[in-house]
Amino acid sequence: IMNESTELSLTIAQIVQRLKGSHLHSQIERQAKECLHQPEIKLGSLKEDVRNFLKTSGGGCWQPPCHPAAPPEHLKEPLAYMRKAQASWEKRVLKSLNSMSTELGVPLARMRPAVEQKELTNKWNEMGTDEPDLSRFRPVYAPKDFLEVTIPFLRNPNHDSSEEVNVRSHWGLIQVPLNVRDIPKLRQAFSELNLNTGQLGIEDHAHIHPDLFENEYVQIGKKVVEEQDSAAAQQYSRQGCPTGLRADLWALILNSTNQPQDVMYYEQLKAGVIHHDLLVDNLIYKDVKLTASNDDYYFVFEDYLYQVLLCFSRDTAVLEHFKYNSATPPKSYIEGKMGVEECAVVYPPNVAPLCYLYNEPSKLYSVFREMYIRYFFRLHSISSSPSGIVSLCLQFERLLQTHLPQLFYHLRQIEAQPLRIAFKWMVRAFSGYLSTDQLLLLWDRILGYDSLETVAVLAAAVFAFRAENLMEVTSLASAEAVLADLSTLKVMPLIQIFLFATAI
Amino acid sequence: MSVSADSEPVSCTVKPPVFLQLGDAKTDTVKSGVCIVDVTLPFGKSVNIEEISFKNFYTAYVTVRLLRKIPGQEAAAKWTTALRDLALMENPHTEGGSQDYSSIHRAQMQVVPDHVMSVRFILRQPSSAWMNFNLQEIKIFRHLEPDPEKEVSDLLSDLTLVNFRPDLEGLPDPSTVSSSIQQMWALTEVMQTNQTTASIGRFDVDGCYDVNLLSVP
Repeated sequence: IMNESTELSLTIAQIVQRLKGSHLHSQIERQAKECLHQPEIKLGSLKEDVRNFLKTSGGGCWQPPCHPAAPPEHLKEPLAYMRKAQASWEKRVLKSLNSMSTELGVPLARMRPAVEQKELTNKWNEMGTDEPDLSRFRPVYAPKDFLEVTIPFLRNPNHDSSEEVNVRSHWGLIQVPLNVRDIPKLRQAFSELNLNTGQLGIEDHAHIHPDLFENEYVQIGKKVVEEQDSAAAQQYSRQGCPTGLRADLWALILNSTNQPQDVMYYEQLKAGVIHHDLLVDNLIYKDVKLTASNDDYYFVFEDYLYQVLLCFSRDTAVLEHFKYNSATPPKSYIEGKMGVEECAVVYPPNVAPLCYLYNEPSKLYSVFREMYIRYFFRLHSISSSPSGIVSLCLQFERLLQTHLPQLFYHLRQIEAQPLRIAFKWMVRAFSGYLSTDQLLLLWDRILGYDSLETVAVLAAAVFAFRAENLMEVTSLASAEAVLADLSTLKVMPLIQIFLFATAI
Repeated sequence: MSVSADSEPVSCTVKPPVFLQLGDAKTDTVKSGVCIVDVTLPFGKSVNIEEISFKNFYTAYVTVRLLRKIPGQEAAAKWTTALRDLALMENPHTEGGSQDYSSIHRAQMQVVPDHVMSVRFILRQPSSAWMNFNLQEIKIFRHLEPDPEKEVSDLLSDLTLVNFRPDLEGLPDPSTVSSSIQQMWALTEVMQTNQTTASIGRFDVDGCYDVNLLSVP
């Protein structure tokens, strides 16, 4: 709407500002200098070329330039009623945390005595062997609460729902009119997943000869890693990453380097963990104990998980991302000899799948943090973003109602709203529900398309796959039972068939 | 904000929105989805517009009409359309763009927005999903004649975010200071290499560094 050239300049200025001082900045500068010597680059057309490039390259996590009059909270989240809902959710969580602190007599944050610090340093690599008494600590919130307390009550005060305004009224729980993509649009957006394109997760199956697709695909992948080309890695990832190259490809896409300064940063965070004890640490500890240590796939990584999550909760760089997250982290202040430090209380998703890829703690940490900042935080806060949990829920319900109306109607009749079952999958991006290799194939596409929509599509596809059984059930409990075990599912065939083989 | 705009909005009156009704206004409350918002300048005043900014509230399309009177000419003021059906929401039924801040720039208008006495916004919201729609925080910015000396290339001037002109009044010229600092540094280097144990004689006035004298009650 603004004058186009002003908008472009603002975008460029913002990008430059964001990149200043980062590793990427110097890389780009170098590249730009080299480019200028090439004959094809004409200074006259440079502006137009940049404009076109920015238009076509998209980039999901990049915010459009903000209008000068827009206040900062508007940049995070333009819709006032969403901001309000997020704020009241946070207040709830903070209240719960504070009351737990008072009840148990445990401060939100305290400095560790020297003896304790030494002890923790010694057993840093085997925190899993500890068996402290965590029975008094209860989780501050569960994803279930998010669904039950907040999301269904999201209402736009300006939305007229008095009459049957929609041609097909919405049967699901989400009653906010966000713009979500339907199958025709998804087919365009996810064109690389179509039936005629090779995929890892399908074409690498045992009975398909590797010469038909896999071998050549792996060669291309090796070249991409050699060239250290981040954009190419992202494009490549859309068809899946070979297991041996995945760690490098993801690190490329996320611009997560492992330079000495990154290792140092991690060591600093580790020092922070040793010096201060946060109330949240106990919750993290308990959460990991309950989930990872009992999990057949992830128990080996229990120690890594503690290291990463404890550091994560102290990482102020994570606070940076809250600039474009509608959430405001509740902060706890530690008073000590160092003065007042801020620590954010955030709730990260499952780190465990990443442990399969990276065995060096600082590298693992770096990748995990980037993934959280770019994608997973949207699953834990209320926003109007197309990758936010509210949009994903709505997209799931719309896809189901549009393409499996009989199933949706039946489930609704037996008081088994589909979202009640699918929510827990989506809020964790299916981590903990799929087998690890399938999960990583799904996350390849999340990175490749820079969007969490594949999660909503997969959820709908799972319902489609088990539709016959679901039509037979007569209660929510039996519906849950039909969908309890997803560990044998192959995600790519499901997504492909749902997107490209569904009649519309 | 572009360089040639006044940073303060022009003072004007934003009239309350008038919703067009279909049928008999008394008995029929069918929403037509069309609303008019008039913005007038103080009587007798006119403005050359650089930019109009506003915050959307569920308006799907906006048409802007201007009432212009060329000064000195006998002809009465005339209404012209400056912009027709600018889309503020990509889909009138869904949230995208519904509460966004926007601007309409002089260059986007089909007529030159000079000598404008009044601006009329015709708002359209065809979707029945919304109870209300409007434009908020409407501000009109005056066009200033650009500085003719600004011949620097477009790209560079657009990229400059902040123009740093620190206030140097009363302070010595930085370039002379820095050149004399060079000399001073050279002196200190010389001093360092030629250190002697002899006291710096010239500061010694007999008796004046007596401790008792220094402590003033």
